[in-house]
Amino acid sequence: MKLPSVTERLTKNRFLLDEEQCHIEVNQEIAKATGTGQAIVACCPAHVYREEPDGTISVEYAACLECGTCLAIAAPGALTWHYPRGGFGVQFREG
Amino acid sequence: MTEPAEPDFEVIVIGAGIAGCVAAYQLARQGRSVLLVERGEEPGSKNLSGGVLYSRGIQQVFPDFLAEAPVERRITRNYINFLNARSSVAIDYKDARLAEPANAVTVLRAKLDAWLAAKCEEAGALIMPGVRVDRVLIEGTRIVGVQAGDDELRAKVVVAADGVNSFIAKEAGLREKEPLNHLAVGVKSVVSLPRETIEARFNLTGDEGAAFAVVGDCTEGVGGGGFLYTNLDSLSVGIVVRLDDLTAKKKVVTDIFDHFLEHQFIAPYLEGGELLEYGCHLVAEGGLHMIGEIVTDGMVVVGDAAGLTLNTGLTVRGMDLAVGSAVAAADAIGTALDAKDVSQAGLAGYRDKLFASYVGQDMKTYAKAPSFLEVERMYKQYGELFANVLYGAFNLDTQPRQHMVKVARKSLARSPLKMRQLVRDGIAGARAL
Repeated sequence: MKLPSVTERLTKNRFLLDEEQCHIEVNQEIAKATGTGQAIVACCPAHVYREEPDGTISVEYAACLECGTCLAIAAPGALTWHYPRGGFGVQFREG
Repeated sequence: MTEPAEPDFEVIVIGAGIAGCVAAYQLARQGRSVLLVERGEEPGSKNLSGGVLYSRGIQQVFPDFLAEAPVERRITRNYINFLNARSSVAIDYKDARLAEPANAVTVLRAKLDAWLAAKCEEAGALIMPGVRVDRVLIEGTRIVGVQAGDDELRAKVVVAADGVNSFIAKEAGLREKEPLNHLAVGVKSVVSLPRETIEARFNLTGDEGAAFAVVGDCTEGVGGGGFLYTNLDSLSVGIVVRLDDLTAKKKVVTDIFDHFLEHQFIAPYLEGGELLEYGCHLVAEGGLHMIGEIVTDGMVVVGDAAGLTLNTGLTVRGMDLAVGSAVAAADAIGTALDAKDVSQAGLAGYRDKLFASYVGQDMKTYAKAPSFLEVERMYKQYGELFANVLYGAFNLDTQPRQHMVKVARKSLARSPLKMRQLVRDGIAGARAL
């Protein structure tokens, strides 16, 4: 089986995007100072986080699989992360 | 303790996973008024597990579970695999006794949890899907209900079954942020394959199933392992890696996942398959040390939210512990409601029942397993040592043969492992497992 890219893998999932509210917010200064930025880029199975050329961390919250790994490894204050509003986000059909 | 004015329900359960559904079902069967709140579009749609459910506990709750519930295959083959870059050593344990009576089954949670929620509804519980509980309502020291958006719902008892991240238990002050060696991330794909292909590839007949537990090169030396489970017409395949080790080694988690699926000894099992879904889940690996306060005034914590998972190296358990904790909690809540005392003291029976059951007993028995599994050597050097000993035995290169013990000694001398580490790990393993 040719392994699809992470982006292609995510297209197989069902997502209900909350267009009004983003459930993730990075505090760029703390993320940079503590190394949280690079750590969450490496640890996220959905590649939600990306380090931009200017060193800031961008967030593609629509791809979030809601595992909570980023929050677990984030330094205090570096990341605000909660579940999407009820009914939104990834909806597993297999699980 | 004074009762709140007019609770809307006797019990509100947060989260329709296995723990939440079983608790709601048991309480509804007692005749309690129960609300089960679930943030997913449908019960099951937020839920994911590796895929093996040790089913005896849930069969006590639903006697016809195996016949009625959407289970995939009965596990009769356990394959324990040290996987190196170019070699593989395994114990292939197959046993007809594991089929009858069934001991473990593969499940896909979106399907299973939807079934469980339907059973709750049949038993009289009210299900509210698509609703995220934002916080619990607190009066004094007592939890008296939940808030979801602008809605406040009151209950005599709240059950936090909101999973491993349990924002509810943390907010109630029952759990703190976990150290990273207590947590792992699991990444999983479900890959479809025809039924006949799976049965031929894994040497199975009928609804028999196989469970592969893999350590070594599959995680590129990061503490954790790989898994491969057979469903009826799909495979659940993925990795689980400890967060302290993953971050310390600065590895990219998706690289490890890809490395496992593309490994020359794993890829052939997936050949011709189509990826159906890609998911991930945080895993509690702290064992007994992770269970903190699970009872407070007006609330109990069950399942993953209570830190109830157990990795013994051979068996990886969570769902059966969720069942056991939910049964214990429902019993204790029933007693507390009857006694009209839902304070921490009134609900204390939950902890007692939990630790009297297989859940608490097994958590105690395997209390040393997490630190044993943190031994770095497990994830690289042992697999290579085993393979080198066997290579010495099988690689007949026209040089005169040596006795196995001598080959083993030489392999050990060449390995970074020391004899005293081998002995120490052997003793620690025997004590922990």
